[in-house]
Amino acid sequence: MGANPGRLGETLELRGLRRDFGGFAALKGLDLAIAPGEFVALLGPSGCGKTTALNCIAGLSPLSGGSITLGGRRIDTLPPERRGFGMVFQSYALFPHMSARRNVGFGLDMQRVPRREAAARIDEALALVHLGAQADKLPGQMSGGQQQRVAIARAIVIRPPVVLMDEPLSNLDAKLRLEMRAEIRRIHDAIGSTTIYVTHDQDEALSMADRIVVMREGAIRQTGTPADLYERPAAPDVAEFMGFRTRMAGRVVSADGASAAIETFGTIVQVTQRGPLAVGQHVTLMVRPEDMLAGPAGVPAVVRIAEYRGRAFFGAAMTACGSELFFRSERVVHGGDQVLLAARPEQILSYPA
Amino acid sequence: MSTVQQRLAARGLDGTTLLVAPALIALLALFVAPFAYGVAVSLSPKVGPFTDSYRRFFADPFMRETIGHTLALALPTTLVSLLLAVPIAFRVRLMRNQRLLTTILVLPVTLGTVLVAQGLLTYLGPPGWFNRVLIWAGVLSGPVKLTNNYWGVFASLVITGFPFTFLLTLSALSGIDPALEQAAATLGAGARRRFVRITWPLLLPGLAVTFCLSFVQAFAVFPSAVLLGAPAGSTHVISIAAYHAAFEQYDASLGAAIAMIMGAVQLGVVGTVLGARSLLYRGPVGGTKG
Repeated sequence: MGANPGRLGETLELRGLRRDFGGFAALKGLDLAIAPGEFVALLGPSGCGKTTALNCIAGLSPLSGGSITLGGRRIDTLPPERRGFGMVFQSYALFPHMSARRNVGFGLDMQRVPRREAAARIDEALALVHLGAQADKLPGQMSGGQQQRVAIARAIVIRPPVVLMDEPLSNLDAKLRLEMRAEIRRIHDAIGSTTIYVTHDQDEALSMADRIVVMREGAIRQTGTPADLYERPAAPDVAEFMGFRTRMAGRVVSADGASAAIETFGTIVQVTQRGPLAVGQHVTLMVRPEDMLAGPAGVPAVVRIAEYRGRAFFGAAMTACGSELFFRSERVVHGGDQVLLAARPEQILSYPA
Repeated sequence: MSTVQQRLAARGLDGTTLLVAPALIALLALFVAPFAYGVAVSLSPKVGPFTDSYRRFFADPFMRETIGHTLALALPTTLVSLLLAVPIAFRVRLMRNQRLLTTILVLPVTLGTVLVAQGLLTYLGPPGWFNRVLIWAGVLSGPVKLTNNYWGVFASLVITGFPFTFLLTLSALSGIDPALEQAAATLGAGARRRFVRITWPLLLPGLAVTFCLSFVQAFAVFPSAVLLGAPAGSTHVISIAAYHAAFEQYDASLGAAIAMIMGAVQLGVVGTVLGARSLLYRGPVGGTKG
């Protein structure tokens, strides 16, 4: 995967990481091993503990329990300045009184890197983030995207074994965000450090990471490759976070091991069977809006709201018993229209209720 | 075609501008007019050429020395207040329950200089608790004289000036994004280098302004210099000289001239400090454009 053969890295291991704030447990025992050169995204809604986890790894927040090791050496007892991790902050946290160049050089200065070598490495880092010409500007004179690049250059110039990024793209506009995604992945591949990337945006995590760790309420819910998570979320809450917005309660009518028929809202729905299902069992079905199509057959519902998003309409519809279904339609639909909604069997996830 | 109103509005003059009027009138009536009057009075001595009041001030060593006496009180007490305020502000900034401590620290502001002077006379005087405890503990063999001299006024100025200095320092410090220090830490800077390289340079412009405001306040010292000091000796400060000239010798011109000299000295110090400040970085301290 992301492991760079040119660089010998060390495994970062979190064991039983706990962090309490007063009576509130922000992290409830995190276990995670991250391979050298791996790009791992910590993904979750706000308040799930992902930033707390990052701060604990950086040493900015003390642990309430557990340990962190790098290549077998315990590092959670070290202050942040002795861990040598590069960190990119959500607010960038550039030193406002120093030029871009001096910001990038700060870490090298702290390591007492000789002046000539430092200058070369600063140039290299600025070139890597495509920011040569702006080197002598103060952060206040730069655009958000340029500040972001300085922050990345500053974090990687110290050649850290681990780079930590805390929602680095959340302050940029949509176009720049897309550009920087590719940039960050490119930089990661170029330097070969391990990257831990915190985000609440699943598109970001899916497009950048080798491995995604989905967190919720201070605990890991699922770990896997982007494809694992996108196609096979392990639990309804993870599925919901990965875009399976529609939730339907149903009951198994028949199951033959390969596929199952499930009764929901008075209609029989065929689903591809992924686990054991017994006839009569209550299940939760989950579907993505783009897979739930308005067509000639399916669950009857009344359109509540529909919006045109180019090429297709997306909307929400209400079933007779008041459940909300999110759907896509190829033809024009308006609020109040009757629609029949259906999805292909392999696009419907079923979980024991 | 634009109307007069539109053209005025384009220059930022509209109905709202009238809201400035009360403050402007007050400023003119209560500051500019008396100041101009004071200048005029200072330049019309009872006898001699128009600069005679100024000449007399500088010719008389007893009066001339008041500048030195006042600076000798105002500069060190302002610096001491700042030196006390910075570390305390550092600690208070990190506290979740700032309000209680801030209230306690700011309380002396409400006391007034006369009450503080009265308290210090009893506390620091030869039979006061300060001396008694130190003698009892064996630190001193006899009482030290801390009132009716320089040190009494010094203590009083620090006590009354500190809350003001502290509040200004705290607000300057609170404006600095804590993420900057965290960033410096992840880049390998220990506590000392974080302070020297990041916090201090960003704090310094705010401290310069704090210094100026606190200094101006301390330079106008009067009641405590009389009550706690040696008003005929080491704490014969410039405001005492002005008072003496205007209300004991009934020489309004000399009094006004001393007041002008007092203003000029303050302006000189403030101008020097602010001039030095303009050499520093004075932009946003938030770390981001926001």
